[in-house]
Amino acid sequence: MILQKPHELALGSQDDVVMVRQAVRTVAIEIGLSLVDQTKIVTAASELARNTVVHGGGGFARVEIMRDTGRTGMRLTFEDQGPGIADLEMAMKDGYSSAGGLGLGLGGAKRLSNEFAIESQPGKGTRVTITRWKG
Amino acid sequence: MERIPILKLGDCLLVTIQVDMHDRLAMTLQDDLTERIVSQRARGVLIDISALDIVDSFIGRMLSNIAGMARILDADTVVVGMQPSVAITLVELGLSLPGIRTALNVDRGMALLAAARHSEDTAV
Repeated sequence: MILQKPHELALGSQDDVVMVRQAVRTVAIEIGLSLVDQTKIVTAASELARNTVVHGGGGFARVEIMRDTGRTGMRLTFEDQGPGIADLEMAMKDGYSSAGGLGLGLGGAKRLSNEFAIESQPGKGTRVTITRWKG
Repeated sequence: MERIPILKLGDCLLVTIQVDMHDRLAMTLQDDLTERIVSQRARGVLIDISALDIVDSFIGRMLSNIAGMARILDADTVVVGMQPSVAITLVELGLSLPGIRTALNVDRGMALLAAARHSEDTAV
């Protein structure tokens, strides 16, 4: 169950990546995540937001607060209408990069989250959703 | 243009990162530092990241690049002041910061740079 109206943030430039980091931090503090969990979700958000800008050619991020049978968490969605990812299995591997990065973005974001989902269609775009629960 | 200040302290350069860095700012710092190492004949670079509340793969790569370029220019790099939550997150992210020396705080970082210079000087 989604608790409140989600924040939606445009992701068009590097400055927007900073804005997303700050928005995620604010919500993480609001729902009472520990400092380590705040750091993990903000870092994961930074990786995914950069992917949206650099690989997806821009898109948006959505930040939602979740309540599910007594637990609280936050869900982040990153969506673009970019070229998509042809080989998801390959893209998830550490060290694989199509843009000269370290190739830790997707795999790293998955490890820093409690739940991770990715959908991508070549030519249509990519959507990544991560969730971090409190406690 | 926004820039991160680089201070000269003896034959070392001191950088304190106090803003939430966007990627372009990180690249500018990398370029500025490389230039300053040469123009000031610096032997050590100390980067204080105690005010950074995240280090993602981009910032991690910038730190590794700075250390690598400094090494080629005969300067040592020490990264100091990493917050514990940042260290925990970096390990989970899969970033081990290869080639980067770290110290708990600025004092220990300066001592590490001094020791590195001393052992190099006595070896020559």
